[in-house]
Amino acid sequence: MLIHRTGAQKPKPASNWLRRWLAADTIDGIKRQRALLGYLFLAPTILGLLIFIIGPMLYTFFLSFHKWNVFRPPEFVGLDNFVRLFADARVGISYRNTFILVVMTVLLLEVMAFLLALAVNRIARTRLAYLYRTAYFLPVLLSGAAVSVTLGYLFHKDFGVINYYLGLLGIDKIPWLTSSDVVLITISLTTVWRNLGFTFIIYLGGLTSLPTEVLEAAEVDGATGWRKLRSIILPLMSPTILFATITDMIKMLQFFDEPFIMTRGGPGDASRTVVMMMYESGFGNLEFGYASAIALTLFAVILAVTGFQFYASRRFVFYQ
Amino acid sequence: MTYGKIAHSAPPPALWLWVQQRWSLWLAYLFMTVVALLTLMPFVWVVSTSLRTPMESFSLPPKWIPTDMDFTNYQRVFDEIPFIMQIGNSFAITLATVVGQLVTAALAGYAFARLVFPGRDVLFWIVLATLMIPSQATIIPVFILISRGLQLNDTLWALILPSIPTAFGTFLLRQYFKQIPADYEEAAMIDGANQWQIFRRIYLPLAAPGLAILAVLTFNGKWNDYFTPLIFMNTKERFPITLGIVDLQGYMATGSISVVLAGIVLSTIPVIIIYIFGQRYLVEGLMMGGLKG
Repeated sequence: MLIHRTGAQKPKPASNWLRRWLAADTIDGIKRQRALLGYLFLAPTILGLLIFIIGPMLYTFFLSFHKWNVFRPPEFVGLDNFVRLFADARVGISYRNTFILVVMTVLLLEVMAFLLALAVNRIARTRLAYLYRTAYFLPVLLSGAAVSVTLGYLFHKDFGVINYYLGLLGIDKIPWLTSSDVVLITISLTTVWRNLGFTFIIYLGGLTSLPTEVLEAAEVDGATGWRKLRSIILPLMSPTILFATITDMIKMLQFFDEPFIMTRGGPGDASRTVVMMMYESGFGNLEFGYASAIALTLFAVILAVTGFQFYASRRFVFYQ
Repeated sequence: MTYGKIAHSAPPPALWLWVQQRWSLWLAYLFMTVVALLTLMPFVWVVSTSLRTPMESFSLPPKWIPTDMDFTNYQRVFDEIPFIMQIGNSFAITLATVVGQLVTAALAGYAFARLVFPGRDVLFWIVLATLMIPSQATIIPVFILISRGLQLNDTLWALILPSIPTAFGTFLLRQYFKQIPADYEEAAMIDGANQWQIFRRIYLPLAAPGLAILAVLTFNGKWNDYFTPLIFMNTKERFPITLGIVDLQGYMATGSISVVLAGIVLSTIPVIIIYIFGQRYLVEGLMMGGLKG
């Protein structure tokens, strides 16, 4: 080539080889370019996930078979942590509390959010519908910390606004946060208040994207009200219902902020959840092996719920 | 004969249908309004009580309209906790996480959507699988890695670094890049654009709505995070505002709740602003989750 002969530029052998290998004027070169770019683009995410999720996940497995308080190297104890865990009454109570919270909260959330979405969808695309939607959505913006502190005041037995109004209706003061019989209901109501807008938006999204031809056809056939809801809307909405229910269940299984801030798990252990147990054994008592074992049992439960979602979406859910 | 049969199965009288529909519509309005009131009342109570004198903050019946207009509570938030620093920390943590997630997830999402290379599908399944791992299952090793390995405990980096790699964001943006037709790419290549330019100049701008959704969702989640800072942070000056609020409540317990509520109002303003500007993306992002079922 001309440049070579005049010696104006010394070609660098390595970059020359690379340039030829990746030459943009050949199909293979472009393919190689894109493959190289693909790996480069993926590198930060894959490395990050390896370091902060996959690696730690494996290490949690490792730790769950060890006894470890950070100061001395981990000591292998086999299944001791799990044996201890299944015999630990407090872990049992925390699982019981968590399951009660999940069932109560998710039932309330799904039913209320679905009814609300049905109602708002009837007046869809009006300014009023927009206002209602905004109102329901506002609590979703708040932190669990802000909500727990605020509703903690409102639920106060003697100074709380809620008991004041119930008093006007002739209802005795309810020890919302101080009675072990009531405290789970209180925390559940708090969580419903904070999450209703989220679940509602998912249902509203599902309803607005229902195929209008099917709904109109049903109306032409004379299906109204209850009939239409049961035979048309519910089956068409079943994928959304399944998704929202499972998402909410997984979220609620990881209950932490509300009980931790509102009651510290009390009175006694009445509102202690699984994540709180894990947090306290790990970061409180420095029993990291035991805490890892607790975390793994919760992970197993969450996996089971996810697995059920896959199974159920094949069996029961109606896809158009 | 046939004529009579059709007439027989005709819909019920119009008047009855009208009454039925009216009635259920009113019921719907009643339900929507009651829930809206229950949703909004705590907000009104927080704002009006935050403007009340400390003496009056426990007064019952609650006064829903702020009458005292006492702004000293807001002043005291700044005196009681390092509020400015804590809000600043929340901003730094949240923005760094949002930017980090946008960059890494846009690159990875593009690679999965539009680039072809060996092992792509396997890698994609691995990324998807990590979506199922809850943060509690990884938090102990991450804590050990951050505090002992990297010596970053009690720094803002402890809250930023682990939350940058995002399987969810990668998946979300992959869907966005996939929707963009491949014709653009061919046209650009004919014009002599290289692979990086195709990504940067053509596909990235077209995926802007997806980037906005990820940004808004991450902002909301990270600003409101309480669990992770609780584990990593010890120094008040380095707390994000969620920890600051609970801390404020802790030693205001016997004093004035008005000050605590003033702090809550202040800490909520940034997310409300984000909502006003980004609500379309936030709502759309959440709805999309529902649709993919």
